[in-house]
Amino acid sequence: MALQGTKINPRRFHKSQLKFYLILIPIAAVMLLPIIYIFSQALKPLDELMLFPPRFFVQKPSFRNLQLLVITASETGIPLTVYLFNSILVSSVTIFTNLSLTMLAGYALSKKKFKGRNTIFSINQAALMFVPIAVTIPTFLVIVNINILDTYWAHILPLLAMPVGVFLIKQFIDQLPDEIIEAARIDGANDLHIIRKIVLPLTKPALATVAILTFQSTWSNLITSAFYINTDVLKTFAFYMSTLTSTVEASVAGQGLAAAAGLIMFIPNLLIFVVMQNNVMDTMSHSGLK
Amino acid sequence: MERVKTLFKKIFPNAKMSDSNKDRLASWSLILPYTLVFLAFIIVPIIMAFVLSFTYYDAINAPEFAGLQNYIYMITGDEEFLKYIIPNTLKFALIVGPGGFALSFIMAWMLAQIQATPRKYLSLLLYAPSMVGAILVTILWKSLFSGSESGYINAFLLNNDFIEAPIQFLQSPEYLLNIMVVVSLWSSMGIGFLAMLAGILNVNPELYEAGQIDGIKNRIQEIFYITIPSMKPQMLFGAVMAIVGAFNMGEIGVLLSGTNPTPQYSGSLIVNHIADYGFLRYEMGYASALSVVLFLIVFAFSRFGHILFGSDN
Repeated sequence: MALQGTKINPRRFHKSQLKFYLILIPIAAVMLLPIIYIFSQALKPLDELMLFPPRFFVQKPSFRNLQLLVITASETGIPLTVYLFNSILVSSVTIFTNLSLTMLAGYALSKKKFKGRNTIFSINQAALMFVPIAVTIPTFLVIVNINILDTYWAHILPLLAMPVGVFLIKQFIDQLPDEIIEAARIDGANDLHIIRKIVLPLTKPALATVAILTFQSTWSNLITSAFYINTDVLKTFAFYMSTLTSTVEASVAGQGLAAAAGLIMFIPNLLIFVVMQNNVMDTMSHSGLK
Repeated sequence: MERVKTLFKKIFPNAKMSDSNKDRLASWSLILPYTLVFLAFIIVPIIMAFVLSFTYYDAINAPEFAGLQNYIYMITGDEEFLKYIIPNTLKFALIVGPGGFALSFIMAWMLAQIQATPRKYLSLLLYAPSMVGAILVTILWKSLFSGSESGYINAFLLNNDFIEAPIQFLQSPEYLLNIMVVVSLWSSMGIGFLAMLAGILNVNPELYEAGQIDGIKNRIQEIFYITIPSMKPQMLFGAVMAIVGAFNMGEIGVLLSGTNPTPQYSGSLIVNHIADYGFLRYEMGYASALSVVLFLIVFAFSRFGHILFGSDN
C-alpha cells in the first residue's frame, strides 16, 4: 500500500522518513544561520569586525566586546549590575506571582463549580488575542491612577495579566480526575491544601511552561522601562541594551558591542527553554481552543 | 454563643445552604487576584481606548468630547492612514499571520513523522528564533542588512557581482516591508507551532488506519480528512497565536529603520502610527481611535480563524 512506512511518531528509522529530513534539516539550518552569525559577531575582535569582505565565522574569538560592554555602562554612571539586578528582580517576582495567580485561577476555573465560571473562562479565552502594544496609552493612564508610575510595581503588575497562562494551566488541570480532589475534600482538606498537596505536583509541566512564557515576556520587555519608568536606576537590562544599540550602531565597533548585548539577552531564554522543553511539549498537547 | 448556634440551626435546619455559600466565596477568592489584574490591565485599558477615541485629549488638559471627529479625521484628514498605514498593515498581517501559521503547521507535520530524538532538536532550532526577542532581532538583522559594504548581505551580493553598489536595504521603501515580512516569518514559529506539533502527535493512530480502509489515497487527503479535523482545537490556538504574533511584531519596521515614521511610511504599520500620534504628537484621542481600529482588525482575523477551526456547535 502506498501509505505504508510513513506514519506519525515513528519508533524506528525508515527510508521514507528521509524526504522529511531532506526538507527539515536545510530549513532548520537556514533558521539557525542568523543566530550563529550573531554569536560569531559578538566574539569577533575589532580587526575582524572591520574586515572587508566580512567573514561569517569568527577566527580568533575574544571576550573583548563583553568587557567593553561593562566598561561603557560604568562610564554612564550606572553600573551594568544595577540594570541586571532590576531585570532579575522583576523577572523572578513576576514569575513567582504569576504562577501563584494563574494556579489559583486555573484551579478555580477547572475544578470549582460556581456561577460565572464559564463566562470568566470565555472572556479570558477571547483575551488571548489581546495585543498589549495597542493600549500602551490607556495602560499608562491606569498606572498613573493607581499610583505605581516609576516604581517596581509598574514593571510587574501589567505583566501579570497573562490570559495564555491561565488558559494553559486550566486546560492542564482539566485532565486531572475529579475523584482525587473529591477524596481529599472528604478527608477535610481545604482548597489551598488541595492545590499545594495534589494539584501543584501534578501540574508542574504547565507551570514550567507558564514560567518560561512569563520569563520571555518580562526579560525582554521594553515598553515598561520606556514609558512607565522615569528614573534610570529603576530601568531594566533589556532597556539599557536597546539604548546602547541605538546609540552605537553607526560604528563598526558598536556592532560587536550590540551583538554581545543581544547575546546576553538571548542566552538565558535559550537555556531555560532547553532545560524545560519536555514540560512545554507535555503542556502544549492540552492547549486546544474550542 | 452556643445558644446562638442552636437557634441558628433551628431557624435554618438545612445547613448545606451555608456550605455552598462558603464554597462560592472560596471559588471567588481563588480567582479574585487574577481577575483584578485582568480587569486593571486588559479590560479597563480596552474600555478607556474606546472611550478616549471619542475625545480630543492632549495628555495635559482633561479629555474633551469630540464625537466621531477622530474617526472622520482618520478617513478624510490623515493622509498617510489610507494611503500607507492600512495597506501596509494588511499586507504584513495577511502574509505573516496566515503565512506563519501555514509554515508552522507544515513544519510540525513533517516533524511529527520523524523519530522523537531528532524531532526534539529540530523543533528546538525552529522555535529558537521566536524567543530571540525584539532587541536581538533588531541587532541581528540590522547588522545583516546593514547599508554599508561591511553589511554581510551587501558584501555577499557585491562579491558575487549581483549588485555594483551597496543597497540601503533598511532605508529604502522598496525593500523595508519585504524585509520585515522575512524577519517576522523567521521568528513566527512560537508557542502555536509547539501546540500544533503536540496536536499532530496526539491524533489517534487508528484514525489513519480507518482512513486507509475508507479509501484515502494520499498524504494530502490524509491531512485534510484526518489530521486537521482531529486537531481543530490546536489549529485554532495556533491560528490565534499566529495572528497575535504578527501584530506584536508590528514594531519591527521602526526598530529596523531606526525612525518613526519609517522612510516614506514604507514600513509603518498601525501599531507605529499609534505610537507616532500618541507619544510623539500627544494626540491621545486620535491614537485611541487607531487602537480601536487595530482591535477590530485583530478581531476580524481571529473570527476568520474561528470560522475555519472553531468547534462546530
